[in-house]
Amino acid sequence: MTAPSEDVVELLDGKFKTRVLTAGEGPPVVFLHGAGGLFWDPFLDALASRRRVIAPQHPGSGGSQGLEHLEDVLDLVLYYGELFDVLGLGAVSLIGHSFGGMVAAEIAATNPERIDKLVLLAPLGLWIDDHPIPDISTLDPAGLPALLLADPGGPLAGLLTSPDVTDPEALFQAAMGMASILQFIWPIPDKGLNRRLYRVKADTLVVWGAQDRLVDPAYGPAFTAAIPNARLEIVDGAGHLPQLEQAAHVIGLVDGFLPSR
Amino acid sequence: MKSIFFHLMPYRDLPPDFEERYESVWVTPPNAELCDPVRVAQYYKWNLDELELADRLGFDGLGVNEHHQNAYGFMASPNLMAAALARRTPNNSAILVLGNTLALYNPALRVAEEFAMLDCMTDGRLAAGFPVGTSMDVNRCYGITPTETRPRFNEAHDLIMKAWTQPGPFVFNGRFNKLRYVNPWPQPLQKPHPPVWLAGGGSVETWEMAVTNDYTYNFLSFFGYQFARKVMGGFWETAARLGCDDNPYRAGFAQQICVSETDAQAEHDYLEHVTYFFNKCLHIPPPIFETPGYRTRRSTEFAIKTGQPGDIVKMATLEKDWKTLVDHGFIIAGSPETVADRLIEACRGLRVGNLIALLQIGSMGHELTKKNLTLFAEGVIPRIKHLWADEGWQHHWWPQGARQDAPSSAVAGSSVAGS
Repeated sequence: MTAPSEDVVELLDGKFKTRVLTAGEGPPVVFLHGAGGLFWDPFLDALASRRRVIAPQHPGSGGSQGLEHLEDVLDLVLYYGELFDVLGLGAVSLIGHSFGGMVAAEIAATNPERIDKLVLLAPLGLWIDDHPIPDISTLDPAGLPALLLADPGGPLAGLLTSPDVTDPEALFQAAMGMASILQFIWPIPDKGLNRRLYRVKADTLVVWGAQDRLVDPAYGPAFTAAIPNARLEIVDGAGHLPQLEQAAHVIGLVDGFLPSR
Repeated sequence: MKSIFFHLMPYRDLPPDFEERYESVWVTPPNAELCDPVRVAQYYKWNLDELELADRLGFDGLGVNEHHQNAYGFMASPNLMAAALARRTPNNSAILVLGNTLALYNPALRVAEEFAMLDCMTDGRLAAGFPVGTSMDVNRCYGITPTETRPRFNEAHDLIMKAWTQPGPFVFNGRFNKLRYVNPWPQPLQKPHPPVWLAGGGSVETWEMAVTNDYTYNFLSFFGYQFARKVMGGFWETAARLGCDDNPYRAGFAQQICVSETDAQAEHDYLEHVTYFFNKCLHIPPPIFETPGYRTRRSTEFAIKTGQPGDIVKMATLEKDWKTLVDHGFIIAGSPETVADRLIEACRGLRVGNLIALLQIGSMGHELTKKNLTLFAEGVIPRIKHLWADEGWQHHWWPQGARQDAPSSAVAGSSVAGS
């Protein structure tokens, strides 16, 4: 993998400091990560071979600061508008995974002219009573592979580790990272997105792992039904991290869908 | 020193294998399966009888609190219990509602109204407790976003204090409470307002709020006085740093206490019930115990750096036999002499002038609870009540309408209760 460049971008006179990973040349695509955090992974690396990938870290987690200036999802959407302006992005493609998928969909619904292509990887944001999404704040770390992966014994299981309980800084960062996500999805990750999705103008690709046991694949059709130009790809052999568990297949889907140089 | 009988109101008949069969005592213990309203009807009568007995026995105060979906404390509305006590406490004990979990009420004006009602109904015997509340109650049972816990608490506090001290009607434009006409009827009887008691668990912000606003700080844990040292130490360090005096009546702490005729008899009487409490009532898995974001960034950093989570885990995982419980101070137990000696040592060490005595513990039955209360009132209170007398401090935070000192007839009163 190539190492991305890492920058801290200041917004609004320093109210926000956002850690951003960037790599590649070509049309810009922004990637919004999920509750697991921001990592430069083979999926992002592959996309960066034909376009510029920009991956900001969610406010209040890792190296990004300024969560205290955001109260709700609308504030978060406006914050991303500001970030995109400061980064000099005009029209842009957007990929979001899980919580990041919910945010990406909110941005695309609120700024329909700005987002030209939208990729949602197992997004949060809707609620179906028959398929309740577990409370991610109480997940047992030992049970994460079984919950998040189609193959809990596969090579990805090693990545799903919990913070070292003897390391105070790791515990602190893990707690703050989770708190920064919960602020926008507590107590139920349904903040009205369903009422807004009709506004999305972007061509939309929704990707779901067939064995996703965190957010049931039944949510896939719910998203495609609510977004005007959307198609759903169900990926067999993948859980909640389809872009990593079936990387080659999902990279192929997304690479063919997004603009490239 | 003030002695306050504090009642948690636990479910006293959880199944013997409760902690193996169920995930948690709090938030998720299935109500239809475990909570029999017929038994609860009996418990509430016992709970009130026990609190009323404490009034007649000469306790200085009676304490109630608020929890939700909790098998060790199913007092969803402490104000209802306080209202019941208002009319049946002829010995004029203070009534300490510790308290109303402010972040849960929107508009929080409701708390201003109900506390003012209680203050009038008790002729000024109310202490108004403002706890931030536990993460289980606030974030899980009532669905408040974790990072909004402290902002909602702070705003509710500001609204209530303004409603109590500023003539209405006025406008309150908060983030969570937006009110065009704040004008509650009635305002409290006590002036400028009922004494405010804060309950905390080691958050930096709560220490500072207590000191800055001149409120009492109360550490309500179940791990006893040895464990309380770090948290109470933090409070007193904060007081010193902010230039505040060290009046011991600024502070309170909760202690589980078991009094019997002799030390040996105490183990015989209470071991079963104390074991029930520590094994079943504190059966809470760590992920449920604290939702990320419940503490502020600053308090999370402080808690982790000072080892608070590790301390709690260490305490929670100790084998809870009688000797461990006594040696580590989880309980103070024994004859009245033994209990009084250890309480004096504990309260002097922590510098607290308000002993929040937990005298009904776990599965403890009604008769045994009355015995514990009676022996405490007759044998312990007379030995500990003068603890801070030599330093000459005034208790500025005791409700104005409450009995200001235990009457000399307290012991005589107990014969009425015992009849």
